[in-house]
Amino acid sequence: MNIMARIIPVLILLASLSGWAQDVQRFPPPDFESGYTFPMTQTPAPRGVVMSYVDIAVLFAALSLASYFSIHKRNRQGVFYLTIFSLLYFGFYREGCICAIGAIQNVTLALFDPNYSLPLAAVAFFLLPLFFTLFFGRVFCAGVCPLGAIQDLVLIKPMQVPRWLHQALGMLTYVYFGAAVLFAAMGSAFIICKYDPFVSFFRLTGSITVVTLGVCLLIIGMFIGRPYCLYLCPYSVLLKAFGQFSQWRVTVGPGGDCVQCDSCEDACPFNAITKPTPDDAPPPSEVDKKRLVLFSVLAPVVILVAAWAGSFSATPFSQMDYTVRLAERIALEDAGAVEGFIDASQSFRDSGQPAAPLFESARRIREQYVWGGWILGAFLGFVIALKLIWHSVQQTRIAYEADRSDCLACGRCYCSCPLERKRLKQLKSASFV
Amino acid sequence: MDKPKKETKITRRSVLRDGVRSFFVLSMGGASGYLVSRVQAEDYVWQIDPHKCISCGNCASHCVLEESASKCVQSYPMCGYCKLCTGFFNAAPSALDTGAENQLCPTGAIIRTFVEDPYFDYTIDESLCIGCAKCVKWCEAFGNASLYLQVRHDRCLNCNECSIALACPADAFVRVPKSKPYRLKIENKPE
Ligand code: SF4
Ligand code: SF4
Ligand code: SF4
Ligand code: SF4
Ligand code: SF4
Repeated sequence: MNIMARIIPVLILLASLSGWAQDVQRFPPPDFESGYTFPMTQTPAPRGVVMSYVDIAVLFAALSLASYFSIHKRNRQGVFYLTIFSLLYFGFYREGCICAIGAIQNVTLALFDPNYSLPLAAVAFFLLPLFFTLFFGRVFCAGVCPLGAIQDLVLIKPMQVPRWLHQALGMLTYVYFGAAVLFAAMGSAFIICKYDPFVSFFRLTGSITVVTLGVCLLIIGMFIGRPYCLYLCPYSVLLKAFGQFSQWRVTVGPGGDCVQCDSCEDACPFNAITKPTPDDAPPPSEVDKKRLVLFSVLAPVVILVAAWAGSFSATPFSQMDYTVRLAERIALEDAGAVEGFIDASQSFRDSGQPAAPLFESARRIREQYVWGGWILGAFLGFVIALKLIWHSVQQTRIAYEADRSDCLACGRCYCSCPLERKRLKQLKSASFV
Repeated sequence: MDKPKKETKITRRSVLRDGVRSFFVLSMGGASGYLVSRVQAEDYVWQIDPHKCISCGNCASHCVLEESASKCVQSYPMCGYCKLCTGFFNAAPSALDTGAENQLCPTGAIIRTFVEDPYFDYTIDESLCIGCAKCVKWCEAFGNASLYLQVRHDRCLNCNECSIALACPADAFVRVPKSKPYRLKIENKPE
């Protein structure tokens, strides 16, 4: 049998000498005499199309229920059970894909790439929560989003994050959103999917980096309410903007009444309760007005500076693009700056394509990233300017209120309110009569 | 107090809010119309173009599933049914038998069955295959390239973005219509 050990090296030698091409039938298939027939290659079918309609219907039903419990019934328990259901269905059963947050990327790519075929589920998951937010506030976050759900359920000992830190960290969501949209628009990567911290729990498998990220976030999430939602989630950028104009919203006390006891402020783990302005607050002083004018004048400057700073992101960001990476590698190899080939450059060279068009398209992509960097920077500058202006406008509030854009409609604050407890007692005694 | 009531006070702020909301609703309507028009009748799934795959081995390690959804398949009409299958045996087999030490496949996923002298049939046991592409590489180098990788749709989650596609150095992952979810080297004949 040692002969075999000798034949194979010879074969290897032959093969490398003759440079056999792919798919050459070196050994013609035999004519069988025993009546053997070729088996077929098995082709198990993918999950049926109809299932994505089921997902959309479940999403719609869950959003309706969330609105019903959180806004109409004012029932935290209902929201809680819905959270568990959503975690099981959208999380563990659907394995966290597709989700509203990731769908931002599909929609963006569809806007920029005319050849991309957009899945219907992605459209529905992107739009439905936004529509509901316009009417009922962020009920999607309350009990439908599986990422929110997993964090909500581990929150056992909430602590308050200082407001300034909360505000500062909140800026991260805009950076993440901007970067994700940029990468999706360029067709380079779907970073929201790649760094989805909880998807590895839903699938019970995943890369070590993402699992570590998820475990860290869940541990932090035991003490700080929903860290991903508050400081990372790119979709929250849209939800906050839409929530600001919602028709109905969570009111802590029944009908928005308030005795100013401030118990709801402690009940909300998400820093979403705003204090009433003191009765004896002075009218907007000259200083405040001056500050407002100053910020408004400064806004274009802030935007410009941020845009300029953003343009520097082009070099690192363009590395996310496959073509750019490949072109740089090929250039380095050609220049003799690196030794040997990597799989990607080897397969590019084997394909016999000339390098010039590759360099050209890489150059074009890098250029687009410079533009993208300017736009990304300008967007962040715009957000900063808007926040500055917003905070310098004095608003009068007569009660403790759930902030329209920050409130996740979870319903935790209801029962902290003495007026609400009274209402519930009355309801209960009424039902005994 | 059961019903959510609309904020009753009419202030400058509430008028502004109503206005902006109506604007949002309208523009969202427009956006939905456009986006739905961009949806194609068919959904797409991930698949490997076997003619681009360079058997790099990333399929085994980069799938989001512990056990990759990409697995080896056999194109029977292309196979030479060789007694000395270079996809089955490693480079220095001590004997042409199914001894584990002679096999190339790290998990023993290829089943070798005698058909008639001197031919053998090679079938993949998918429950064992990890998609490492070792057999694919050697079958392509010295045999008929009848072994190749395909994404198996009974396993694949059809991730929004396939993480093997990101790691594939040959750009071999493509999106194919759901109704024709495989890129077979030889199409199955209709029964
Ligand atoms: S903030 Fe984002 S992650 Fe959190 S519940 Fe809302 S959509 Fe989900
Ligand atoms: S419903 Fe109440 S507790 Fe929950 S996020 Fe909104 S304000 Fe906070
Ligand atoms: S990653 Fe690409 S080249 Fe590598 S084995 Fe998979 S399909 Fe083939
Ligand atoms: S060698 Fe690798 S790809 Fe081939 S059957 Fe075995 S596990 Fe699958
Ligand atoms: S789409 Fe997801 S499950 Fe399917 S092969 Fe790619 S990574 Fe694996």
